[in-house]
Amino acid sequence: MKFAVLVFPGSNCDIDMYHAIKDELGEEVEYVWHDATDLSEFEGVLVPGGFSYGDYLRCGAMANQSNVMAEVKKFAEAGKPVLGVCNGFQILTEAGLLPGALLKNKNLKFMCRTVGLKVENNDTLFTNQYEAGQIINIPIAHGEGNYFCDENTLAQLKANNQIVFTYSGENPNGSLEDIAGIINERGNVLGMMPHPERAVDALLGSGDGLKVFKSIVKMWRESHVS
Amino acid sequence: MTKVKIYVTLRESVLDPQGSAVQGSLVKMGYNEVQDIRIGKYLEVVIGDTERDLDSLVKEMCEKLLANTVIEDYRYEVEEAN
Repeated sequence: MKFAVLVFPGSNCDIDMYHAIKDELGEEVEYVWHDATDLSEFEGVLVPGGFSYGDYLRCGAMANQSNVMAEVKKFAEAGKPVLGVCNGFQILTEAGLLPGALLKNKNLKFMCRTVGLKVENNDTLFTNQYEAGQIINIPIAHGEGNYFCDENTLAQLKANNQIVFTYSGENPNGSLEDIAGIINERGNVLGMMPHPERAVDALLGSGDGLKVFKSIVKMWRESHVS
Repeated sequence: MTKVKIYVTLRESVLDPQGSAVQGSLVKMGYNEVQDIRIGKYLEVVIGDTERDLDSLVKEMCEKLLANTVIEDYRYEVEEAN
């Protein structure tokens, strides 16, 4: 399976993402610059964390206007997997590929530590390798991870089981309903604030994030058995 | 040339932790009259000659980029520059 790791000016988790796919998962991966206009050679798109365009104006707002995001929208419409982590999640909400928005953390601080996450929905393209309700340890590193949406959107997220990860124990950023990650209605676009790509080896503190990527590959393999 | 002053603010339904923190500081300084603070953004956009209707142009720019209407409202004033 071949992954694209998007790179915007100011991305800074692109190398971690690349490492997770190439060295830990053992799949193909390439960096794709923000002005690229073709994603046809890829089977999965990863939108990494960082501070694209310096977070100027709003996190993810300007990245959403780049050439490659028009291609990501087509890619998602075709039902192919798109994962956005941290700034990547912010970009996907700005792009309208996921509902809601990420606000400043309630305590106004940049939070950088490992948190417990509860797998609320393990019946997705991104979480099928986890147990339902499993608690996993994944690091966060963000100043604006406070998920917000209106009441109708929240009701829809709940009705469709689109809340995939919630913070277990303390909520680090004040997000609505402890939301840490959500999926789109179709089930092929996931956005999450915690960094699974930084938790792919016990040597780094936790290997719990690797199953996000293994889940994607498993689903892809099953649907491409010749 | 036309100068457009655009104000982008968080929607009323959205909590503004920055505003709350600043309000807390003012109250601590003794300004007990202060009841609420909302922090927003102010943009000055200078627009050159255009055949487009100014209102529709500004609204389009606000909705496509300058404001995120999921969480923000915007308003603007048009000022003719010298």
